[in-house]
Amino acid sequence: MRGPVAWWNDPWRPPRILVAVTFGYLAWSLIPVLIAVIFSFNDGRSRTVWQGFSTRWYFGDPVKSVWHDAALHTALLQTLKLGVITTLITVPLGVMFAIGIDRWRGRLPAGANLLMLVSFVLPEVLLAVALLFVVTSLPLPIKLGTEAQVLGLVTFQIAYPAVLVRARLATIGTQYEEAAMDLGASPLAALRRVTLPMLLPAIFASTVLVFADVIDDFVLVRYLSGNSSTEPVSVKIYNTARAAPTPALNALATLLLFAALLAITVGYLVYRRMTRGDNTAAGGIAAFAGEA
Amino acid sequence: MAQRLACLQGWGILTPVVLTEVAAQAKPQSKRARGSALGPALAVPGIIWLLLFFLAPLYVVLAIVFGRTDPIFRTAVPVWNPLQWNPSQVNYVLSRIVGDNGIFGPALLRTAIYVLLAGLLCLLLAFPVAYYVARLSGRWKGLLLAALIAPFWISYMMRMLAWVNLLQDDGLVNRLFSLGGFFDVRTHWLTGQPVVVVLGLVYGYVAYMILPLYAGLDRLPQSTLEAARDLGASRFASFWRVTLPMCRPTIVAAVLLTCLPMLGDYFTSDMLSASPKTAMVGNLINDSVQSPGQTGQAGALVMLVLLVAVVPMFYYVRVTARGDAAS
Repeated sequence: MRGPVAWWNDPWRPPRILVAVTFGYLAWSLIPVLIAVIFSFNDGRSRTVWQGFSTRWYFGDPVKSVWHDAALHTALLQTLKLGVITTLITVPLGVMFAIGIDRWRGRLPAGANLLMLVSFVLPEVLLAVALLFVVTSLPLPIKLGTEAQVLGLVTFQIAYPAVLVRARLATIGTQYEEAAMDLGASPLAALRRVTLPMLLPAIFASTVLVFADVIDDFVLVRYLSGNSSTEPVSVKIYNTARAAPTPALNALATLLLFAALLAITVGYLVYRRMTRGDNTAAGGIAAFAGEA
Repeated sequence: MAQRLACLQGWGILTPVVLTEVAAQAKPQSKRARGSALGPALAVPGIIWLLLFFLAPLYVVLAIVFGRTDPIFRTAVPVWNPLQWNPSQVNYVLSRIVGDNGIFGPALLRTAIYVLLAGLLCLLLAFPVAYYVARLSGRWKGLLLAALIAPFWISYMMRMLAWVNLLQDDGLVNRLFSLGGFFDVRTHWLTGQPVVVVLGLVYGYVAYMILPLYAGLDRLPQSTLEAARDLGASRFASFWRVTLPMCRPTIVAAVLLTCLPMLGDYFTSDMLSASPKTAMVGNLINDSVQSPGQTGQAGALVMLVLLVAVVPMFYYVRVTARGDAAS
């Protein structure tokens, strides 16, 4: 048996302390969530004492389960609705913005690009308060609720696809498109048949990321939600977590968690398939994690 | 939220984009930029959107902060002409930070302490984890990385809800501390415990720090570290004098990316303590946004947070730009 000093000085010893810290951290970060998921299957009302397995809080309970309680499933539907609508508007808008800015020189596009970057780094609460003021104190036809939420989310997310697509455009370079145009393609045809297919992985990645980010959003959607029927899951959790909720709340959060994990897993697998054999796009899980 | 910034920093994207911008402005017009209305046509919808729903609302905030309050309905009345702006709301907020009627002072001080403490704890936790996964984990790297980014896809509110459950008076934490009923532990964790709020902030934000640190440590040249050891530096010395200086820009960026969003955070404190004893500046903003007649104050507080955040933000952009140019 060697002494602790010899152990410490051994240059080949395995990094046991770092392993302990890392796995301790992982346990600490994931086990609480796992426990919350487990308690969504609890048979009783308690979120702290295990009373047997059941799916009562998902659909079994005729009044308080997610399936039957209108307040809970509207929240889930509202979250998914916001995610889909926002993604459908944001991604085309952001991709067009990125391509347009990339091939337009001058002060105006430079200013627009700066504006986009500022919208990217500004704290969310500032945009939320600003839009709340606009909607509530100006005579506009926009009301609090889904429309205001979508407006705010699109504004907040538009920089995401724009930044990703611009980064991809920078790695692709101009040579492929110029070759296409030298061979007789019009600018529009070169864009459609050469650049766009090369941009597809970035566009797809930003679609997944925008969707996942929107269904996790809290600050914007809370200020811009009109009444309880437009409150998405995150707001519902915030409102009821401290007011003696049932495990149905855990069930609601679990459903959202699975929706997000499903989107990310499918997204990652498709992304990997798309970029297979393409060494200009960074591959592997690290790349998707980095973007993610 | 913090998430996407940390992500892109993790990928090292933001700086290349900023740098490309600078380079592009200096470059002569390339072939595809010439004589085509395609660029403007594609960019205009996005520009209009940003002008209408991003720039214009910021002006509305200024107009309300420097505007009047309706004396009867207590609603905010925006004043559009900057020449008629009235700084009384800002003065009201500023005069209540220090001194006898400093009702905002304690919360501001508390925010600073909580954020610094949580940032420091995050760094102490995130650095070893990122170091291990980036440099020593070998074939487990992919799996560990997936586990590290899992919190990104779990809603922030869900993660706070998990702790609300655990920290109940009869929750698992108290039962764990009582060692199976041996001690009688009846700590009320969820009623204004600063420790719980700080740990909640760490729990919520530490993942956003690990990813940028991971990306930075992953890019460190192995040969330089080996050279340090070959030339006789001890393990500690090579870490202190080679590794740490080389990832200083990464550390600065990671700390800023984690701490700046904490400045506007009110939901962590609301979920885990819900007590004015642990109110942060975000709670002041949130409370005054929702009470009539205090809209202007909310705007003024938001501006205050923004001013505090702007300087580190520029510092961050400069440090990362320099770090990328050096590597």
